[in-house]
Amino acid sequence: MTEEIKVPTMAEFLSQGKAPEVLFWVGCAGSFDDRAKKITKAFVKLLHKAGVEFAVLGTEESCTGDPAKRAGNEFLFQMQAAMNIQVLNGYEIKKIVTACPHCFNTLKNEYPDLGGNYEVIHHTQFLKSLLEEGRMTVEGGKFKGKRITFHDPCYLGRANGVFEAPRELLQKLEVELVEMRKCKKAGLCCGAGGAQMFKEPEPGNKDVNILRTEQALETQPDMIAAGCPFCNTMMTDGVKNKNKENDIEVLDVAEMIAQAQDL
Amino acid sequence: MAILSQILFVLALIFAIYFFIRNVKKLVRNIKLGKTINRRDQPSKRFKNMAMVALGQSKMVKRPIAGILHIVVYLGFVIINIEMIEIVIDGIFGTHRVLSFMGGFYDFLIGSFEILALLVLVGVIVFWIRRNVIRLKRFWANEMTSWPKNDANNILYFEMILMVLFLTMNAADYQLQLVGADHYANEAGIIGAFPVSQFLLPLIDGLSISSLIFIERTAWWLHILGVLFFLNYLYYSKHLHILLAFPNTYFAKLQPQGEFNNLEAVKNEVALMMDPNADPFAVPADDASAESAAIPDKFGASDVQDLNWVQLLNSYTCTECGRCTAECPANQTGKKLSPRKIMMDTRDRLEEVGKNIDKNGKFENDNKQLLNDYITKEELWACTTCNACVEACPIGIDPLSIIMDMRRYLVMEESAAPNELNIAMGNIENNGAPWPYNQMDRMNWSQEK
Repeated sequence: MTEEIKVPTMAEFLSQGKAPEVLFWVGCAGSFDDRAKKITKAFVKLLHKAGVEFAVLGTEESCTGDPAKRAGNEFLFQMQAAMNIQVLNGYEIKKIVTACPHCFNTLKNEYPDLGGNYEVIHHTQFLKSLLEEGRMTVEGGKFKGKRITFHDPCYLGRANGVFEAPRELLQKLEVELVEMRKCKKAGLCCGAGGAQMFKEPEPGNKDVNILRTEQALETQPDMIAAGCPFCNTMMTDGVKNKNKENDIEVLDVAEMIAQAQDL
Repeated sequence: MAILSQILFVLALIFAIYFFIRNVKKLVRNIKLGKTINRRDQPSKRFKNMAMVALGQSKMVKRPIAGILHIVVYLGFVIINIEMIEIVIDGIFGTHRVLSFMGGFYDFLIGSFEILALLVLVGVIVFWIRRNVIRLKRFWANEMTSWPKNDANNILYFEMILMVLFLTMNAADYQLQLVGADHYANEAGIIGAFPVSQFLLPLIDGLSISSLIFIERTAWWLHILGVLFFLNYLYYSKHLHILLAFPNTYFAKLQPQGEFNNLEAVKNEVALMMDPNADPFAVPADDASAESAAIPDKFGASDVQDLNWVQLLNSYTCTECGRCTAECPANQTGKKLSPRKIMMDTRDRLEEVGKNIDKNGKFENDNKQLLNDYITKEELWACTTCNACVEACPIGIDPLSIIMDMRRYLVMEESAAPNELNIAMGNIENNGAPWPYNQMDRMNWSQEK
């Protein structure tokens, strides 16, 4: 895991007069957050392994505006959207994959009305399609038989109805998938959504991520699977708060698949 | 005497219907204070949603005990109301059990009504126990004091009394038929079937015919007057959902829950900013645009008139069941936010605005608004926009959209976001990420080992 990874940009593709199969929208967390960068790298390795011709926008990518919009700053959101749409349309992007459910929701649902029409899919959906097309194989490896619970990201699950793709991938890892008391449509938020990630919570008697971690721990898992960089951070913090960080790892589904293949 | 009671009945009916129409008109006027929003597209999808969620109660059964009991009470309410047709005809024309010519089918109907009445009575008693004896947490939240608390119990008492009156009336009628009283007994035999009220007979056994008639008439009158009163109680109560659940589910949002609307007012501003040919000092070209430029739209909502009519309809539809609040991550962790309170506050403020208009002819500034006077910033900023409240609502109410519109007002009109959010938004504006990292470093991860 030491070699530098080759990540082509849209600019490079364009200079060669080529178009990639899919644009990988890395997102702010995936670009800058130390924990989320690991998810980004794991996903890129899987893309390489499956021989997917992908590109990133690199330095031309900018925040989708999701946190600004949820915070109520519609103006900043629409400015970000206008700039991103200009870049995306300039490259004639058709298909976008992202490992961030917030970027996914915003690009998929809120950009079309502003002139940005793309097929947008979450990385778990994309990995599932690679699997179905036979371009990728998933084996249990070190995860075989492990007890794993999946935390539904609000903006992937409830907000967009994607419940099965991440679960099917986990099942391919031959894990023992256990559901939390609150899952799928009734899943409890990790506490990061709605721009809460960037502020202190209001006074209360508990943090939301602690409550969610308690629900996860009720299932006696060996690991907690996530599908969102923000959920990942919140759940990791929750597990640390319960002094379980040496027993229970919080991993993105893509990281699990990559690790199972020793990528 | 007979004609007098007919006149009294017709007067009571007219009076009740007059007040009901007056209340409905007020309701419609208040809802129309909201801004326009197009929720008339895709009618087939909307009808399907209404059929599933309102008519079919599909979301009620997510909580099985309350859900099944509610279906019993709902079915009982709807079906027993068929009997109202006969009661009204009898009342106006002085007839008795006018529909009994249907013979065996009539027996079947009355028998079914009796069984349903008993089930409704049991259901309502269980509801009362859940609320007052078991004291389920969601019924005892901060916002469930004074009127909301009494209102909930009033409704239950009302339904209990109506069902008891209905069964008492039937029992007395049955006994009168058995003893062969004039006007009640029929040569063809017993009219109606009384599978439930027959068990009340021992209580009235041995009473004189005049006493029985007094009981039957009293129960009959109290029942119909109770129903007419209840009809007019609706407007002042959370119980309006029995009517509004249908339009509310029809006009509910069809898009994915994560899709928040893009504000039109902002779209225009951004288009102007992105247009290299736009002249910021230009005089508006024609009168129409001059007018729209003169009164810029308020960004977001600080009062009920800034919300759209569907949000206002939502507020009147809310039954205060608290399923939204029970699922809210902020509320579960002790924050002040309660989506149910958002809906109740919106409705209470809308009622206040409505009364203001009743009094003054048009809305006179009362130096109050929904923001701060009803809903505090602390509540608004506690929301994670997770949509759990929207998903939990059994009749398609969207508290999140109100929270979002009020946040928009706070941020875009008052610049009143919490400081950490201002920093994050400043970062997005300056370097394209909520954290202070340079946009030029966005690819650095690929070089890191």
